[in-house]
Amino acid sequence: MSLLEVRGLDAHYGAIHALQRVDLTVEKGEIVTLIGSNGAGKSSTLRVLSGLLRPTAGTVTFDGRSLIGLAPHAIVRLGIAHAPEGRGIFGTLTVKENLELGAYSRSDRAGIRADISRMMVRFPILGERAGQSAGTLSGGEQQMLAVGRALMARPKLLLLDEPSLGLAPQIVQTIFAIIREINQEGVTILLVEQNAHMALRVAHRGYVLETGEIKMTDDARVLAASDEVRKAYLGIG
Amino acid sequence: MSSFLQFLLKGIAVGSLYALLALGYTMVYGILQFINFAHSDVFMLGAFFSWRLSVLFKINEPSPVAATGVLLGAMALCSLTGFLLERFAYRPLRRAPRLNVLITAIGVSLFIENAGQLVFGKNVVQFPPLLAEHTFEVGGVRVRSVEVIAVVTAFALMVGLHTLVYRTRMGKAMRAVSIDHNIAGLMGIPVDRIISLTFVIGSALAAAAGLLVGITYGQIKQPADSSWVLYGLKAFVAAVIGGIGNVPGAMLGGLLLGLSEQFVAGYLPSELRDAIAFLLLIIILLVRPNGLLGRRVVEKV
Repeated sequence: MSLLEVRGLDAHYGAIHALQRVDLTVEKGEIVTLIGSNGAGKSSTLRVLSGLLRPTAGTVTFDGRSLIGLAPHAIVRLGIAHAPEGRGIFGTLTVKENLELGAYSRSDRAGIRADISRMMVRFPILGERAGQSAGTLSGGEQQMLAVGRALMARPKLLLLDEPSLGLAPQIVQTIFAIIREINQEGVTILLVEQNAHMALRVAHRGYVLETGEIKMTDDARVLAASDEVRKAYLGIG
Repeated sequence: MSSFLQFLLKGIAVGSLYALLALGYTMVYGILQFINFAHSDVFMLGAFFSWRLSVLFKINEPSPVAATGVLLGAMALCSLTGFLLERFAYRPLRRAPRLNVLITAIGVSLFIENAGQLVFGKNVVQFPPLLAEHTFEVGGVRVRSVEVIAVVTAFALMVGLHTLVYRTRMGKAMRAVSIDHNIAGLMGIPVDRIISLTFVIGSALAAAAGLLVGITYGQIKQPADSSWVLYGLKAFVAAVIGGIGNVPGAMLGGLLLGLSEQFVAGYLPSELRDAIAFLLLIIILLVRPNGLLGRRVVEKV
């Protein structure tokens, strides 16, 4: 059984049909990427998975349980953490408070404290800025905070929405290295990216979304080599 | 000099009641960005529940224990009222335009006022003497013991609230919800429960203010009397002066408003007392549009 199984998913924003019959699976231990242009439905897919958007049809099964109709906080408790588009940092709270909020679904105080220290080792800048308002961090630093905060929930599945958006190339490299590291530690990752080049390099498998529909799916390497993907998303050919 | 001290003490007494009430407005605004017009009615109910509880338990003579019991009882009843108000009047409109919620709040307010008249009658009610009335002199100024107790109670509740909001896990969740409901949900915070809690706490503070008003003045006016709404309106002004959505701001605004009212009434024609609240509001908003402690949030993209 797959860790995450999505079947025939439909979602609407008012009259706009954002997702159409989306099928998608994520196996335990994988990095799966969802690529596609702006407005293809990548973020909407993640929003359905974390309970922010109610689907109009279809099923979502995580770890053998249906997620349909569950509130976001209940989904976090089942083991899905979502680092949303635009990072969603609480700018007026401190870096440390942001991390603590990431662990809101947990009650093991000692474990939370240990994880905060661990995050500050993994992301040294978060340690240096622990007491500072998170809004004063740079874009890259905020992205690290968003990832670190999502990890504080100790998720089985991590949803990452455009972690490279608006960041300098060097920082993008760092972020992707971290994504690989997290995965090697056993966290399954569903990665949404416009930067198809980087995403297909780090992922095991990929899906191509176009106007709300899955157009292709394959091993990441096969996708990166296919003519269609190279033309449409990698700007080659 | 002694009159100065008199105005100062009276200002703190009135101001701390405004502050208690302002907290309810500011907390709900912070979390839902809407003005809960029914808050002044919960405050009114706090006074009437206190009165009824005192009658029910036949409290005819001053007793600190009985007074505390009445306070807790009124707080519990108003908390329940606030909870039901949010659950059945406001929550169904969570995704509706803000104007709909505002109109609903006005409707709820009128409903409570009229239902209040039906239940509690239309006459001025003599408030039972829950606390012994002593007066003593400090620096040539007469001080009433009930006023001192009212101020102490109000400050204790405010310190408690401040601790809750800034020092506890639950408070951190409240602050997160006030910044962004969706992101708070993604953290595993049960957003609806936190919103309920905000109404419950704000209503409990309003109940305390209602009881303290009853004790201080010795009588309470009928449920639909305009003085309740005026009191609520001034508390709302206090919240805006301090920076709406900001908890310490509401306390500061309340005290400032209470003090300036007393000094104006003392040194200038007393008819100006009510006007000063709104004059103060205009001046402060001209200088600091976000209120005294309200800060403009600067976020890097």
